[in-house]
Amino acid sequence: MSTSSPTATNFPSSRVGAEPPRLLGKPSHWITLCIVLAAIIAFFLVASEDWLTIINYTLIDAIAVLSLNVLSGYTGQISLGITFFMAIGAYTAALLGGDPPTSPGDPLGLGLSMFIWLPAAGIVAALAGALIGPTALRLKGFYLGIVTLSLVFIGHYLFTNAGSLTGGPQGRTFPVPTFGNFSFAQQNNVLNFALTPGQQYFLLILPILALSALFVGNVMRSRAGRAFQAVRDNEEGAAIMGVNLFEAKMGAFILSSFLAGIAGALLASFSRYIVPGYWDLTLAIQFVAAIIVGGLASVWGSILGAAFVFALPRLIDQFSLLPPSTSSNSLSSGDLNAIIYGLLILAFLLFEPGGVLALVRRGQSLTRKFHTHGGEGGEPAEVTDLSTPESGG
Amino acid sequence: MAYFIQLVFAGIAVGCIYALIGLGFSIIYKASGVINFAQGELLLVGVYIISAGVFEWHLGFFLALLLAIVVTVAIALLFERFVLTRMIGRPVFSILMITIGLDIVLRTSVSVRWGSNPRPPGTPFEITSGYNVGGVHFATSDIWTILVTVLLCIALYYFFRATKYGLAMRATALDQEAALAMGINIRTVYALAWGISAAVATIGGIFLASKSVAIDPTLGSTALLAFPAIILGGIDSVSGAVLGGIIIGLAEVLTAGYESHFANLLGAGFHEITPYLIMILVLLIRPYGFFGTRKVERV
Repeated sequence: MSTSSPTATNFPSSRVGAEPPRLLGKPSHWITLCIVLAAIIAFFLVASEDWLTIINYTLIDAIAVLSLNVLSGYTGQISLGITFFMAIGAYTAALLGGDPPTSPGDPLGLGLSMFIWLPAAGIVAALAGALIGPTALRLKGFYLGIVTLSLVFIGHYLFTNAGSLTGGPQGRTFPVPTFGNFSFAQQNNVLNFALTPGQQYFLLILPILALSALFVGNVMRSRAGRAFQAVRDNEEGAAIMGVNLFEAKMGAFILSSFLAGIAGALLASFSRYIVPGYWDLTLAIQFVAAIIVGGLASVWGSILGAAFVFALPRLIDQFSLLPPSTSSNSLSSGDLNAIIYGLLILAFLLFEPGGVLALVRRGQSLTRKFHTHGGEGGEPAEVTDLSTPESGG
Repeated sequence: MAYFIQLVFAGIAVGCIYALIGLGFSIIYKASGVINFAQGELLLVGVYIISAGVFEWHLGFFLALLLAIVVTVAIALLFERFVLTRMIGRPVFSILMITIGLDIVLRTSVSVRWGSNPRPPGTPFEITSGYNVGGVHFATSDIWTILVTVLLCIALYYFFRATKYGLAMRATALDQEAALAMGINIRTVYALAWGISAAVATIGGIFLASKSVAIDPTLGSTALLAFPAIILGGIDSVSGAVLGGIIIGLAEVLTAGYESHFANLLGAGFHEITPYLIMILVLLIRPYGFFGTRKVERV
């Protein structure tokens, strides 16, 4: 948890001559940001549709991981029910944005624009979170974990039986963002540049992830965010310091559900077709794994975690020569993935509780130490900065 | 009426299976404050070893059972000794997740070793055998489930009440530091708790497997239904786990038996969520279950 402890950079105003906090961090970070942007544009131009699919899924998953990190990583409330809120978002999107039914058996759809169904997905999921929150938040630790786990099963029952909304056990199609003739389902020409569906989704999802990350990162540096983290570190202590426990937990629950709803809607829209069985406990546990593998209570950790837990298996599926699943007793890529993923969880929890992010930071500090000791370019300011790399952001 | 009695009997039998799995959860929780999510997969490993012992290695049921208990207890002890001891002092969240990690590794190992195809369970019972009394069918496997559960409960009660190690475990559950000061070896206590849980899980697994014609690697997820049972009783109450298990089993089987009358209202599969609904209702009224210890916090 040391990564999120209040540190000098978080309270710049308390230091003499320190700069006021900025929305986007320090100018030195802008250079990194430019390099990352250039890499993203290069990737965007050359990547094949397969690669874009993997990346798009991972970016969407990163939004969901971020949402879980708000609740579990920052606020310390165990949740195994994230997929329930994602599903609520997805079905809200389907109801509002789906094609109107053409035959009696078709699931409902109002055919509204994405500008309505995407925010609505988040808002309805947040409302569901607000409804369930007061019940769930009376409980602590394992009790909360098990109750949120039961949400997944109750959700499965509801979604399977609400056939007119979810298509029942057979599932349903989900809306594709469409503006007049411009539909994400097909290739479009924008300024003489042909955009594939994967590229169009990429252009939609990446800014949403970036905005969510920026929002969460900044909320966590605000009064509300500090209250969340105080609740995680010590509930009684936080209450003594004047934090309203109920407000803080509900705030985290609602923000987390909102982001989960958005992620669910995007996920459903990008996969086009989902059955209620998709939102199961295994998926929910993968999100928990992602926040642990990536790094608890960290925005970058969420993204790294999504990359490890969600992109790695897809890459193995794509590039390993193993069959996707076998019924006989030989290794399939699904099994390989499950083993790698189980061992990843064990390994990170045992040897690197800070997750991939802590590994990256250790690497950074090693190289910087090398520079400060070996070369003459090292500035003391850089060294003091090591322990406080943009905590929570 | 015969139908009702039939359902109650079946419900108690199912409840005993949940009780056995729940016992494992609460013994570990009481001793070391950990909820072992891998309990279901220990059961799965046990069931698969028995099946392989009977059909692949031709050991006979009881030898296979012994082997299964030895293997699952060994896995539990190794995990406790080499993994969990490194996790002392970490957040609840990480401890919960590391048992999920074990769960994934065990389930995948089973599916890599034996494949995901259904296979016959190794059981000492014929699935159809039983006695008919006044139109009610008492299946042999159900009778044995109830009998063995009762016997195990008595044995465990005796162990906790009347033996040196049982006393050590109760003392540790009450106050770990005081127990240490009294010269109790906490490591032995943890090892005992994990060992007993793994053995009880394997025994529960035999009965769970004997209720179906074939087993596959998803069997372990049945253990998730023991969660409502232990929550109902209170996680840290061993007798609560047994009572909770039987309530949950009865509720599930009775709903399954009568839900077809209300199919328009309830839809399909309502019995699958009744345990969770009951659990949530109970938690609303008593956040620490029926027999759980209430933590007092004042600010």
